[in-house]
Amino acid sequence: MNLYAVRAIYTFEMARAWRTLLQSVVSPVISTSLYFVVFGAAIGTRIAEIEGVSYGAFLVPGLIMLMLLTQSVSNASFGIFFPKFTGTIYELLSAPVSYFEIVVGYVGAAATKSLVLGLIILATAGFFVPLSVAHPFWMLLFLVLTAVTFSLLGFIIGIWADGFEKLQLVPLLVITPLTFLGGSFYSIDMLPPFWQAVTLFNPVLYLVSGFRWSFYGISDVSVGASLFMILLFLGICLAVVSWIFKTGYRLKP
Amino acid sequence: MTSNIEAPLRRAEREPERTVVPPVVVVENLSKTYASGFHALKNIDLEIRRGEIFALLGPNGAGKTTLISIICGLVNASEGRVLADGFDIVSDYREARSRIGLVPQELTNEAFETVWATVSFSRGLFGKPPDPEHIERVLKSLTLWDKRNNKLITLSGGMKRRVLIAKALSHEPKILFLDEPTAGVDVELRREMWEVVRRLRDSGVTIILTTHYIEEAEEMADRIGVINHGEIILVEEKRELMRKLGSKQLTLHLRHPLETVPERLAGYRLELAAGGKELIYHYDANLVGDHDEGGDEASGIAALLSDLDAAGIRFKDLHTKQSSLEEIFVSLVRERR
Ligand SMILES: Nc1ncnc2c1ncn2[C@@H]1O[C@H](COP(=O)(O)OP(=O)(O)OP(=O)(O)O)[C@@H](O)[C@H]1O
Ligand SMILES: [Mg+2]
Repeated sequence: MNLYAVRAIYTFEMARAWRTLLQSVVSPVISTSLYFVVFGAAIGTRIAEIEGVSYGAFLVPGLIMLMLLTQSVSNASFGIFFPKFTGTIYELLSAPVSYFEIVVGYVGAAATKSLVLGLIILATAGFFVPLSVAHPFWMLLFLVLTAVTFSLLGFIIGIWADGFEKLQLVPLLVITPLTFLGGSFYSIDMLPPFWQAVTLFNPVLYLVSGFRWSFYGISDVSVGASLFMILLFLGICLAVVSWIFKTGYRLKP
Repeated sequence: MTSNIEAPLRRAEREPERTVVPPVVVVENLSKTYASGFHALKNIDLEIRRGEIFALLGPNGAGKTTLISIICGLVNASEGRVLADGFDIVSDYREARSRIGLVPQELTNEAFETVWATVSFSRGLFGKPPDPEHIERVLKSLTLWDKRNNKLITLSGGMKRRVLIAKALSHEPKILFLDEPTAGVDVELRREMWEVVRRLRDSGVTIILTTHYIEEAEEMADRIGVINHGEIILVEEKRELMRKLGSKQLTLHLRHPLETVPERLAGYRLELAAGGKELIYHYDANLVGDHDEGGDEASGIAALLSDLDAAGIRFKDLHTKQSSLEEIFVSLVRERR
């Protein structure tokens, strides 16, 4: 294991985040606050409690997940796309590092960033609604697993993308709709039966549901199903990444 | 007595040992076909000797960068194998790559990083523990020390290229690939870079460089390889090539054919051609008129001509010819077209 290399990649990526600290923290915090103001305070007062939880509080886990997913994907995809775009990736490919080490470095850094962000948003939410976390261990586990899994997905997207458009395309066309339709802002009980069934095919639903359960003990699907789904997704991403490196897909001509 | 006999013997024993030193890079039957179907390298066999400067020459698109990229792990080979310091670049990539430094042809940089950070990053990436003193030495040798806290975006092109060299040297490689290190570098800086490369070679690093400047190959290389259309068409000692380059040839068309070169002209490097009708005189253009160096060899056309006259040899015409490395290069490349 080339630990110096993992550390070099990780700290290099973290340094990049540090340089752009303001925009990487400020913009998610502002947008989350806006969600709370609009959905929580303005609309939320008109919405009844959901299983004993006020709508404002109900929103918190969903919003954190929304941010966690989008930030993980965009951090990780940008992290690997950029060296590909500028050409500095030559150094990575010529270095005595294994694929696993590269992934640990890049995905680790991206996941760390979005984790920190998730916690910041959680703290921000505390200003707007009374928070309680029923299962803190599970909450952290879901946070970490989600951050890692979607950073992996971002990494894959970053390697696949051969232009800035594609880099934006997946988050825009896939991640955002899936999170909005994944029960971030509502319980699926509120949907007509047909759409409830459709929603069950949305992987994000399982993440949000499990995460919300760790806060309030309420969920759309069972916690076991949530955990299973996220581990399954993690496994798929890992398989794709190892295939990418084995074949040199989009990395080595 | 005995020691007199033994001394040359021992030397004779030592000789083969020196030549048996295994090559530091071995390329065997290497081929590359890109996804487009383009056949960029065709069955390349090449050995790079430990500690030499090897210059790879070839026109645009010959396959120089492709060859280097395969050795360094940026491009997958289609066929064949490569050993670096005895390690297979695929199955033993960690060992192989940790010995190799690469300065790519294109200038690529993390625009917002500082010189110090990017060079230190490279060292870590190649699995070496931090060593600020080494980085300092490298930056100083490339006259980048004053710029160490500058962001890369603020540097000039020549400086950026030196940063790439510093990155490649950060992990103390045994083998250094320089893909057109002096493209777009001014004359003065080019000389400085040659100096850096020579110092590296003196410290034991093997250097493989590509260049379009024949002058550069002449100046730097121990051996020269020429590649064209994905094939190595020549590998030769530079000295050998320079001999061809430095040697001039005077051809005299004789009135009466000669059977042998007369005894009194034995001091000149003469040879007969065209059935004795032509007398060819080889001389070193660099030595003509230089009494200090050309002392023991009778040189100079004037001397030869008066000696010919004295020997009663008449000629009806004469011409001289000189081949340059550039000429050799161009004719080689054209031959294969
Ligand atoms: N990724 C690729 N896909 C398809 N063809 C490629 C690729 N990279 C290089 N080639 C082709 O392979 C040939 C050799 O290219 P290479 O870059 O090795 O040449 P070179 O000798 O380094 O030339 P130059 O002196 O211009 O740098 C060229 O014809 C080039 O178009
Ligand atoms: Mg090239």
